[in-house]
Amino acid sequence: MAIAAAKGRLIAVIGDEDTCVGFLLGGIGEMNKNRQPNFMVVDKNTSISEVEDCFKRFLKRDDIDIILINQNVAEMIRHVIDNHNEPIPAVLEIPSKDHPYDASKDSILRRAKGMFSAEDTK
Amino acid sequence: MSGKDKIAIFPSRGAQTLMKHRLAGAQKGHGLLKKKADALQMRFRSILKKIIDTKVLMGDVMKEAAFSLAEAKFATGDFNQVVLQNVTKAQIKVRSKKDNVAGVNLPVFESYQDGSDTYELAGLARGGQQLGKLKKNYQKAVTLLVELASLQTSFITLDKVIKVTNRRVNAIEHVIIPRIERTLAYIISELDELEREEFYRLKKIQDKKKIARGKAEAAKAAYREKNEQEPSNLIAEEDDDIMF
Repeated sequence: MAIAAAKGRLIAVIGDEDTCVGFLLGGIGEMNKNRQPNFMVVDKNTSISEVEDCFKRFLKRDDIDIILINQNVAEMIRHVIDNHNEPIPAVLEIPSKDHPYDASKDSILRRAKGMFSAEDTK
Repeated sequence: MSGKDKIAIFPSRGAQTLMKHRLAGAQKGHGLLKKKADALQMRFRSILKKIIDTKVLMGDVMKEAAFSLAEAKFATGDFNQVVLQNVTKAQIKVRSKKDNVAGVNLPVFESYQDGSDTYELAGLARGGQQLGKLKKNYQKAVTLLVELASLQTSFITLDKVIKVTNRRVNAIEHVIIPRIERTLAYIISELDELEREEFYRLKKIQDKKKIARGKAEAAKAAYREKNEQEPSNLIAEEDDDIMF
């Protein structure tokens, strides 16, 4: 625990340009020694396999604790996200600028479904 | 299903006490595990509630952040590429701590500031205020997301642990305890059987003894009858003489 606590971990972002820029300005971006960034900009030319590879690379890196991913991007690689069952790194789906947040698509909330009654979800 | 299976053990008094102790142990363990499962479940529910609240809040915060990004872009012009190219060191990092709930370690993330702002000079020419607001908004979003991440991690971990615990509780309740009970019943029936056998054997021996005794008695009686002829005869004979 002491080792884990001593070293700060990073937050990675996979998302469209605006989301990435926003979070980078928030101060989470980092280039590691191999000039590998901890973020990935997905635009309309990015193929699904690229996103998938990047996501898997982030999962493998041990300096990343949290992965933020735009929900529309998450939807592209849903199968990979659903396969990821480990608690760390935590995969968080965030709304993007042009796609409103849809709670029913969230992998965690989907898992949680049926555990709460209708009035909890609103 | 398990049907009639029981622990392979020789039915004896010793084995019976052993089984009784095992049953007591299994019941105790069942109770404790059930308590643990309940404690975890309680925590799980509260986390679930918090997750839902935070997700809703996150929607609002992200909306505000995206809006301030648009504002800053309007004021400063397009700075996307500048920002994307000038990444060096992370300013916000995450530390993880462990929270212990009923023997389960839940990771809790905590964000902290480390180092200086890389984009200190961004927006120096114009739109500095908007950029400052934008940074603040996104930092707020990051803090919230870190919180959400720790909730979510706890959620996944707890979900797993609860499943395992429930499986154990059910295994003890529906497999182990019935099996021990069946074994106990088997031992008791077997011991009863032995006891009945023993009783029957004793009865049989008694019968045999009785028969033997009867026979001996009969033989003795026969013998006596044969031997007692003379004395009675003597008496009978003498009677006449005496009376005479």
